[in-house]
Amino acid sequence: MADQHAIGSRRGLKPALPLLLPAYLWLTVAIFLPLSAMVFFSFMTDLPLAGREWAFTLDNYAAFFSQSLYLTLLLASLRLGLEVTLWCVVIGYPAAYVLAKVLKGRSREAIFLLVILPFWSNGLVRIFSWAMVLREGGILDTALNAVLPFKINIDLMYSYPAVIIGLVHSYVPYMVLTCYLTLQAIDDSLIEAGRSLGASRRQVLWRVIIPLSMPGLIAGAALIFVPVVGSFMEPRILGGRTGTFYGTVIEDQFVAVFNWPLGAALSFILLAVVLVILAVASPMLKRAA
Amino acid sequence: MAGVQVANVSRSFGAHRALDNVSIDFADGGFYALLGPSGSGKTTLLRQIAGFDFPDTGRIAIGGESVERVPVEKRRIGMVFQNYALFPNMSVADNVAFGLSVRGEPKASIAAEVQRALDLVQLGKLGGRRPHQLSGGQRQRVALARAIVTKPRVLLLDEPLGALDKALRVDMQIELKRIQREIGITTIFVTHDQEEALTMSDRIGILRDGRLVQEGPPEEIYDRPQSEFAATFLGDANIFRGDATGNGIRLPDGTTIAAASGPSLAAGARASCAVRPERIQISTGAAKPDADNANTLKGQVSKRIFAGNNSTYFVDRDGQTLKVIVQNTGAERLAEGQPVVLSWSPDSTVLIAAG
Ligand SMILES: Nc1ncnc2c1ncn2[C@@H]1O[C@H](COP(=O)(O)OP(=O)(O)OP(=O)(O)O)[C@@H](O)[C@H]1O
Ligand SMILES: [Mg+2]
Repeated sequence: MADQHAIGSRRGLKPALPLLLPAYLWLTVAIFLPLSAMVFFSFMTDLPLAGREWAFTLDNYAAFFSQSLYLTLLLASLRLGLEVTLWCVVIGYPAAYVLAKVLKGRSREAIFLLVILPFWSNGLVRIFSWAMVLREGGILDTALNAVLPFKINIDLMYSYPAVIIGLVHSYVPYMVLTCYLTLQAIDDSLIEAGRSLGASRRQVLWRVIIPLSMPGLIAGAALIFVPVVGSFMEPRILGGRTGTFYGTVIEDQFVAVFNWPLGAALSFILLAVVLVILAVASPMLKRAA
Repeated sequence: MAGVQVANVSRSFGAHRALDNVSIDFADGGFYALLGPSGSGKTTLLRQIAGFDFPDTGRIAIGGESVERVPVEKRRIGMVFQNYALFPNMSVADNVAFGLSVRGEPKASIAAEVQRALDLVQLGKLGGRRPHQLSGGQRQRVALARAIVTKPRVLLLDEPLGALDKALRVDMQIELKRIQREIGITTIFVTHDQEEALTMSDRIGILRDGRLVQEGPPEEIYDRPQSEFAATFLGDANIFRGDATGNGIRLPDGTTIAAASGPSLAAGARASCAVRPERIQISTGAAKPDADNANTLKGQVSKRIFAGNNSTYFVDRDGQTLKVIVQNTGAERLAEGQPVVLSWSPDSTVLIAAG
């Protein structure tokens, strides 16, 4: 009997293999191979191209610790990630709530489309249109001056706020979508039960709805925080001289300085830091819920 | 504790009138069942009383005070939902404590009250569990404990036993009734199940298409239905249609049926008579019917369904199939196809004006 069971369970995997194979193959080719190449590079003195000399070294990792600039930039990037994530929660969660619990039918579909539109537009187009809006004499400046009786100067271009605005705009759909899914799953009768027990709308929100939507908030935060910490496009284009972050430094190593080994090492340090943060933060958030 | 007055309440959704001029007085401390087919407006009425939804016209008062402008959380009601609606992120004890803690009561007194409420529903030991670790009947009892722990003025239950199986349902009916009596709370209970309504409540209101069809104690509605709908919806009834004669009706074939109760109708008006299947005596014609069984009809047994303690006979008579329920006393059973005589007393017959 016991033997049969063992055989049965092993046999259970086999028919699934042909189905799983394409996925594993794809993972191997698309992610694992390039990533291991990068790990390899990060321990080299130089790229093994055009017959150049190379050797194994730890210098690339040591560079991070010997130059305080990298740590400063990493902290700035982490702060950027945190701020953008917070703004995405502040903007995305209420939007998701309205979508899931207030709007019905047609209007819900229309607003949903507006929310995910940034997803479908090209990243560069999105960023350059913000540049047109935010610069002096740009759309925001002109519009405000047309409406207001006094003269004001709006020039957000090449500033930290511009970077935040651009990033929040790019990433807020993630928060809206993940929160929408969890909010959608909360039965309206839970809200009514809370109210019937004497809780105000606000109390129901804090004690029932937000705790129950924590998984969506955490998923959204992780989806946003990680790429924002390593982002380089928005900081570069919208931030100008103020837009030097950890991500832009990594990008420089790959496209400008052509020091791939250092770029790779910096990326893996970032990856490690982000993983540690996620590992520490998510159980804490879950317990708080 | 308080009574609830619903006066001329109407509520429409678009062109659909979910409630049409409904007036009911729910007495203080009473157990009231709202009965009606699906879509008749039972939930809608309950939601108006709870304050989740508001009437287009009409007034609702709880404890004599109009609640038009009172939001749900200030109405001091307890509500039990059909799907239990327990908070999945909280333990059983925290679920029960919710209503007390949002009121800012001190922690120590909350714990004591929660324990008392859980003991009342016989779940004293399960406070630490999560809702998903409970059976259906246990969840139901947590929902009840949660609703009554805040000492609401009115308890509203929307088909609270609908999701339970038959045996558990009966247990919960008894328990619910016991708890209701113990705390003496005005209770409004929505149900599909006529038996549940009959056995549990002091009064029953029957709704149909948003209108209150009839309202009163269970015995009164069962014995003296005022419409064919009430007669057939609450319990089973044989309906005869004909013209009013003054003390009954005349069927199209000339047979008269005498009725002792019902409205006085002008002779010749369209009317019907309702007779409960268990009030009809069935015999082969050899035996004499009871002396006061003034109403008699001849027919033929078309089918018999044996159900242990009783049997149901379907008797064909002039194109109509009548239903007769006979207690199983061990007497001789009638065969299908056998000619029979049906007889019953005018006291068991209710005259109903054509609707
Ligand atoms: N929010 C709403 N919007 C539109 N129509 C509604 C709404 N709520 C109820 N109705 C309609 O009002 C009528 C009465 O509904 P209600 O839920 O009160 O019925 P019910 O008697 O509780 O039925 P059931 O026994 O199936 O629960 C139904 O026809 C329903 O479709
Ligand atoms: Mg209903």
